[in-house]
Amino acid sequence: MFSSFMVNAWIVGTIVAVVAGAVGFFVVTRGSSFAAHALPNGSFAGAAGAALIGIDTLIGLTAGCLLGALGIALLGRRGRHDVATALVLVLMLALGSLFLSLSSQYAPAVYSLLFGEILGIGSNELAPTAGLAGASVLGLAVLYRPLMLSSVLPEVAQARGIRDFSIELGFLVVVALTAAMTIPVVGTLLVFTLMIGAPATARSVTDTPARAMTLSVLIAVATVWAAITLSYNTDYPIGFFVGTISASCYLLGRLAGAHRRRPAGAPARAAAAAAAHIDSS
Amino acid sequence: MTIIHHVFEPGFFGSGPVHTALLVGAIAALVAGPLGVFTVLRGQSFAGEALGDIGTTGGSGAYLVGVGPLWGFLVINVAAVAVMELIGVQRRRGRDLATGIVLGSGLGLAALFLYLDATHQSTTGTAVTVLFGSLFSVPGTTIAPAIAVAAAVLALLSVIGRPLLLASANPELAAARGIPVRLVGYAYLLALSLAVALCALTIGSILSTALLIGPAAAALRVCRRPGRAIATAAGLGIAAAWIGVLLAYDSYAWPPHDQGWPVSFFVVALVVVIYLGCGVARRLTR
Repeated sequence: MFSSFMVNAWIVGTIVAVVAGAVGFFVVTRGSSFAAHALPNGSFAGAAGAALIGIDTLIGLTAGCLLGALGIALLGRRGRHDVATALVLVLMLALGSLFLSLSSQYAPAVYSLLFGEILGIGSNELAPTAGLAGASVLGLAVLYRPLMLSSVLPEVAQARGIRDFSIELGFLVVVALTAAMTIPVVGTLLVFTLMIGAPATARSVTDTPARAMTLSVLIAVATVWAAITLSYNTDYPIGFFVGTISASCYLLGRLAGAHRRRPAGAPARAAAAAAAHIDSS
Repeated sequence: MTIIHHVFEPGFFGSGPVHTALLVGAIAALVAGPLGVFTVLRGQSFAGEALGDIGTTGGSGAYLVGVGPLWGFLVINVAAVAVMELIGVQRRRGRDLATGIVLGSGLGLAALFLYLDATHQSTTGTAVTVLFGSLFSVPGTTIAPAIAVAAAVLALLSVIGRPLLLASANPELAAARGIPVRLVGYAYLLALSLAVALCALTIGSILSTALLIGPAAAALRVCRRPGRAIATAAGLGIAAAWIGVLLAYDSYAWPPHDQGWPVSFFVVALVVVIYLGCGVARRLTR
């Protein structure tokens, strides 16, 4: 289980889980589940196009994700953006299927792009993944304070002169980079599972932002480690375990949260705690 | 005559799979029109998209037990709607989260089913067929159940149509008039799940959103009245499906020569073109 070709899987899986857990906290707080689901879909066309013209898949993935982020942010400036988002990204998926059907390796490529194949990660993919992870974390660190403020208290953020559009675009770019590096591990369709399952669980257990974010990272890492172990031992696809474990964690978190019997003022208290956290940091 | 021969490649009208494709495409578009209009009006595109994606689980599971994919789509979508309702898909806050969690676990299962399909049934193309659809490979025996499902959806919609419209536009007013808003919302989700199953059969589970909300959103750009928007959406959807089938049939004569282009690609591309075209039309008429 820890033989040489598995070491890469463990390293990449851990990096991906840490970043996805941290970025996912903001995805859940801002209610951007749809964007987190839609962005990787766009990258599918990028990866398929890369396979068609024979360049590195990770380049195609990153380009596709960034284009998707830009598209969503621009379309989101006008009303009813969920329709435009959905249509553009479905078109990207369809383009991806066309590209793959025109290139020779159709079915296996589709499957591994959509559902991931962590056990096939080579050591030459370590450096690019680490680079993307570094860029995501750096972006998150730069955006942290204004992003936290505009996520939790949008009115206060506006009053302080924080520009909504640049924050949203910056955030989507961070999500896009995270998605690009996560896709080879769990696949296009399940990226967002990792990004919302762990943070949603963490948030239902605790209200404090810093604690929720730490917990979210820990849960994501535990999910990926468990998924790799199970996938290695059973030969079943890793995406199945990531999806199932995430959903189970969320259910447990909901039950635990309900057990604590929060008083009616919980959301207001959460906002106050977040505001205090921002002012003190 | 020669122009007609170039538009309709030889054998188009005589081919059995083409007849089935045209019929199934039209049925799906007919049902997707009205449901899509309500979905866009209610801002529940993510729910429609999620139901389509979850359909992957049903479609791949159906291959595993050896029944037609339509049955898989139907069963899994109805189940998913029940779960979404249970964990709170109706409240606006947290609705996307509930949808996302259900979607995630569904896709995880789909990954397992597709893996089992590939290893135990040696049907390697299953993933592609379920995910991206293939209108030409729909068996003729699916037509009758598809018509039955479509009739059920339209009947359900004709019952809940008026209260649903009011509940979508103004929930408080609807509640004040004694409309059971939550029940109507659930009936709508049920109808949506059936319609999405038909769309998934037509253009594949993860592309089904295009047929559901594309024509509807386009129609809402040019029509004010809901009734007219529903009729326009159904018409535009049927046009996209039929022209898509025609282009895919013709594409067998295009490069690369040994294979046609995927029919789902043409349908989705046409839907997007129609959506953009309606935006231009609206701007010109103002």
